[in-house]
Amino acid sequence: MSVLTADAPAVTGIGVVAPTGIGVEEHWAATLRGVPVIGPLTRFDASRYPSPFGGEVPGFDAAERVPGRLIPQTDHWTHLALAATDLALADAGVVPAELPEYEMAVVTASSSGGVEFGQREIQALWRDGPRHVGAYQSIAWFYAATTGQISIRHGMRGPCGVVVAEQAGALESFAQARRYLADGARVVVSGGTDAPFSPYGLTCQLGSGRLSTGADPARAYLPFDAAANGFVPGEGGAILIIEQAATAQDRSYGRIAGYAATFDPPPGSGRPPTLERAVRAALDDARLTPADVDVVFADAAGVPDLDRAEADAIGAVFGPRGVPVTAPKSLTGRLYAGGPALDAATALLAMHDSVIPPTAGGADVPPGYALDLVGAEPRPARLRTALIIARGYGGFNAALVLRGPNT
Amino acid sequence: MATRERTIDDLRALMRAAVGEADDIDLDGDILDSTFTELEYDSLAVLELAARIETQWGVLIPEDDASGLETPRMFLDYVNGRAVAER
Repeated sequence: MSVLTADAPAVTGIGVVAPTGIGVEEHWAATLRGVPVIGPLTRFDASRYPSPFGGEVPGFDAAERVPGRLIPQTDHWTHLALAATDLALADAGVVPAELPEYEMAVVTASSSGGVEFGQREIQALWRDGPRHVGAYQSIAWFYAATTGQISIRHGMRGPCGVVVAEQAGALESFAQARRYLADGARVVVSGGTDAPFSPYGLTCQLGSGRLSTGADPARAYLPFDAAANGFVPGEGGAILIIEQAATAQDRSYGRIAGYAATFDPPPGSGRPPTLERAVRAALDDARLTPADVDVVFADAAGVPDLDRAEADAIGAVFGPRGVPVTAPKSLTGRLYAGGPALDAATALLAMHDSVIPPTAGGADVPPGYALDLVGAEPRPARLRTALIIARGYGGFNAALVLRGPNT
Repeated sequence: MATRERTIDDLRALMRAAVGEADDIDLDGDILDSTFTELEYDSLAVLELAARIETQWGVLIPEDDASGLETPRMFLDYVNGRAVAER
């Protein structure tokens, strides 16, 4: 499927609930300050874990932002998404009660589901027995719970779905939103959040071997840096409201111009990774060339081999130092399903304000990467087209092309 | 398990903990004879309430019985043994 930019779906609302803050203004200001918000976890005592750091949403109080009934019925990850959805709908000026219920769709991404909720119930199971497992465990842990609760809360009875593709998931959700719009939906709630901080949740992540085990939170996540040593996880994400170009009109932050996804061959196959192909295919889908891209929001794994692979893919498409690259997730940690959703929100704000947000610390980039990485200070630039890259653990690659509102 | 009579206030506390509080429904109001439908309880919410009553008050309410308890008063009568006596 290919959509010409003029008809491409428009993003009309942004809701951010992230370590950089709650709401677009807080998030954007913190992002431009470029000061990392990674620190020791406070949601539980992680001090005895090999990776005790994370990016947590500051000052999030579910009682203020989530309907009272839904607090005990859903996981923290769903709380974050419900709050982000409220912000995004208000930002878009969309009042669901005024729209036909079957023309509103929901698709979110999730990477770990309701892992904290699930841990509580598993503890009850083993401590007290099966009669002590709450009825809401049946719906709260499940990856689709967030989509379902958004759909129910706002009476959105059009097509609904969930994408589980680790860090690539949110870009897939925007692609799915585009398909829903092509099939006649008027408004789609899409994006993603994750809430990976419980003892069980953190332990599951350790298995990837990609989490930083550094002792200094300020040096724990250094994507594209010579001292890269893994990443730090974060919670939260962003929800975007996506609408048909015709109805969005002047409310648009920008457009979903192109998208592609690939899947890597299995380890040991001898075949090359497919990230470059995803980037090229996304540009083809947008009917743009590499020269049209003004900024790349990198996946920024923070793992040396993966950083090099991404730098190689960017270099292969754009040439050595051929395009400004930034990694604002260096401020927040990697938010899993929420990460690329937040990157997309940030890219739209960057195009709006004609400035590329910084990469925390201003990485010491190995010369072999041949990257034009935006350092610790924001870089003013005229931005019409942004590319978002996301890779999910297990072989997922996705690329999304966003264009500014007047392109 | 011999217990004291359970009151509507006991049940209110259990309802708050089990199912949460809706913005538009006053649990402190006169809810004794409100139906769970009126209180916006779906079947899962009633099931959760019955489960809490079992684990915290020690009164087993089989699922088949729970589905017939349509108001807080009916739950209390069941728990306090009256409904059983009337049958």
